[in-house]
Amino acid sequence: MTELVHAHDEHESTGIENRKLGMWAFLSSEFLFFGALISNYLLYSNRPFADSVVPAEVYDIPFTSVSSFVLLMSSLTMVLAHNALTRHDQNATGTWLMATAMLGALFLGGQVYEFRTFIVHDGLKLTSNPAASAFFFLTGFHGTHVAIGVIMLLSLWGMSRRVGSLSERHGMNLELVGLYWHFVDIIWIVIFTVVYLLSTPV
Amino acid sequence: MTATATRPSSTIFRRPKSTEGFWGWVTTVDHKKIGILYGYAAFFFFIIGGIEALILRIQLSAPDNTFITAGEYNALFTMHGTTMIFLFVMPMSAAFMNYLLPLMIGARDVAFPRMNALSWWIFVFGGIFLYSTYLFSSPEPPVGLTTIAGNLDPSELGWLARGPDGGWFCYQPNCGPFYTPGHAMDFWALGLQILGLASLISSINFIVTVFNMRARGMRLLRMPVFVWMSMVVAFLLLFSLPIIAIALFMVVFDRQFGSLFFAAQAGGDPILWQHLFWLFGHPEVYILILPAMGIVSEVLPVFSRKPLFGYAAIVFAGAAIAFLGFGVWAHHMFSSGITPVAQAAFGISTMTIAVPTGVKIFNWMGTMWMGKIRFKTPMLFAIGFLAMFTIGGLSGVTHSIVPSDWQQTDTYYIVAHFHYVLFGGSIFGIFAGLYYWFPKFTGRVMSERLGKVHFWLQFIGFNLTFAPMHWLGLQGMIRRTWQYPEEAGYGPWNMVVSAGAFIIAISIAVFIYNWVVSKRRGAPSGLDPWDARTVEWTIPNPTPEYNFAKVPVIHSLDDFWHRKYDEDDDGRAVRREDADETIRTLEEEGRNPATPIHLPAPSYFPVMMAAGVPTIFYGFIFHTSIAGKALIVIGALLSISALIGWGMEPLEEPAEHH
Repeated sequence: MTELVHAHDEHESTGIENRKLGMWAFLSSEFLFFGALISNYLLYSNRPFADSVVPAEVYDIPFTSVSSFVLLMSSLTMVLAHNALTRHDQNATGTWLMATAMLGALFLGGQVYEFRTFIVHDGLKLTSNPAASAFFFLTGFHGTHVAIGVIMLLSLWGMSRRVGSLSERHGMNLELVGLYWHFVDIIWIVIFTVVYLLSTPV
Repeated sequence: MTATATRPSSTIFRRPKSTEGFWGWVTTVDHKKIGILYGYAAFFFFIIGGIEALILRIQLSAPDNTFITAGEYNALFTMHGTTMIFLFVMPMSAAFMNYLLPLMIGARDVAFPRMNALSWWIFVFGGIFLYSTYLFSSPEPPVGLTTIAGNLDPSELGWLARGPDGGWFCYQPNCGPFYTPGHAMDFWALGLQILGLASLISSINFIVTVFNMRARGMRLLRMPVFVWMSMVVAFLLLFSLPIIAIALFMVVFDRQFGSLFFAAQAGGDPILWQHLFWLFGHPEVYILILPAMGIVSEVLPVFSRKPLFGYAAIVFAGAAIAFLGFGVWAHHMFSSGITPVAQAAFGISTMTIAVPTGVKIFNWMGTMWMGKIRFKTPMLFAIGFLAMFTIGGLSGVTHSIVPSDWQQTDTYYIVAHFHYVLFGGSIFGIFAGLYYWFPKFTGRVMSERLGKVHFWLQFIGFNLTFAPMHWLGLQGMIRRTWQYPEEAGYGPWNMVVSAGAFIIAISIAVFIYNWVVSKRRGAPSGLDPWDARTVEWTIPNPTPEYNFAKVPVIHSLDDFWHRKYDEDDDGRAVRREDADETIRTLEEEGRNPATPIHLPAPSYFPVMMAAGVPTIFYGFIFHTSIAGKALIVIGALLSISALIGWGMEPLEEPAEHH
């Protein structure tokens, strides 16, 4: 067999795998994305319109604390999945991946419940006032990110089942999804602190 | 060994085999072909944007003219600006980056070839999406226009008025649901969103390429300045695009779902739009100019036969411009009522940007100083860039003085300024690059005679068009107004301006003729037509599919130059005796790789995934109807299935295919 030269098996000048570096670059962009969203909310948070309620008046802090805890625990299970992969423990990897996805889905369920309560019970809608618009806009985009993460986790889980073992290629995929997942969690810590806990009702 | 383990049957389609013909171009993942596609598409939009400008200039050539309606005027200047920025200068820069970045750092492709194809397809679909507003948007009269001009019948607005008409800055609440009904503004906002996605993907790709794909010995401070500037631009895109993405989503949510971000009557804040837009918009002007600065930094040393003066200073000045560029946005808003402290702060930060820019300009002049200058066409355009950009830069500094800026705001003085930097700067730089690297793309050189005709026509036409705008602006002629009264006395200069615009149009026609003829019958260029300095000229022209038969090892800045020249005792460059032999060997070796080179295989999935994006956005605009909802689902399915196929398809085909 002739020796083949590949366009893509050259050394990586930085020593960081291409896809990982790309993911870091993407996440740095995402920080600005959420930075704009959060500043947006801070600007609008206390601007009521007519006699409509602002989000800070209807937060259910105990409930959101629980769902935040659920999301934070999903970061732990993500780390456990990665750890299991480095130990070549295929079963544990799959289990922890599924656990992460389920915790993410649970968090999303909590968000749906929260939105529903706000809209139906408290009369807080996207169209109520700029503060409400900013709240749904911010948390909605975060929820979308979590949902995409859950889909990626489930695909990863499916791949691990189908191929039977997570090869080196999948190992990198798992690391990339992990980076993304931790990022989404970190952003939620900021949102929960700044948007929920530090928001003072007018 | 590992390759044969992956069976092709795991993909949804049979993989495209041919790299020729129509499907070869559609499925290509070759950075050179993608660069060429980018270039032609961008030039097509350049012509469209130019025609829009010509119509505007016909309208303004005489006082009280009625060549087009006010509504058409509004739509045309909006689309002219949007087209030139997002559909010409940015993709044209992307064309250069795609084609040249890997060649300049000694790589065989970019880091993510299929993502590269994806961003090209998203870009081209975004352009089509933006212009499809003329087919799908209903011609509803803007409320503001109705009150000014009496009750306007939509049909009287004219067909061209169907386009978005809020300006490329889309100020709120003018562009909100109340003052601008109809769908045109939605097409604009979502079209920009699509184009932004394309740029985000390519910026990630270029950053990783530059960091990770460099040949051995290509240290960061040995990279050509064009590579540096491209990397700086990629970072600017990476950090500014998310901000405009949020801002555009806010506009769309206001218009489509009734959120109240910019609804002043409900406590919304229209000024927030200006902050978010210019927080993106000012870095954006450096996104437009820095690639041209990179091109000029390549061209000037070659035709001055001297190394670039102050290489490191130019590199770091470029990075400094980008860094400072994030801290000056509010100088676009001096007349919007921001506080005096903010005005002073942003005025000063704006002045500081002149420092790194000045560093660059003096370094370019230092490069030419005492050089043996050859006035070839690329050099003429580079010098034109230097002179015109300096004028534009100086008029820019006058905007940093706040009271002066209040007088200039919304006058033609501003129009003159930004055309001097964007046309006199970016576009002159782009033409310098097109002439300079034409041999790289085609293996031929462009006609010098026609090139010089093009340059002088464009140079004269450009100055006739934009220099008088300074005076018109200072006399008080306001922008974005379709007519001016006879008594104002703006008529004669406006006639000159319009004549200048047509001279530019003729010069572009000369360029196109030159391009077409030279591509077919131009003189063969050989390997090194310009006696160049950088590593992309060490391979045959046009570039072979695999770029480098043997990946080079880089020993110094201007590596190729040092393989051809030595220094004598006085520090002068002396051509080595074996220089011609070196070039012959490179030509020979470059065409005959010692071992077969395995390249990334073409793929259907990038184009398929990209097609899903505008489909979803069409659905988004018409989301109240069943068809709209269906489109969202279809687009999402298309993109997701492409993504799955993509994930299961290996980058390279298994070895038995060879």
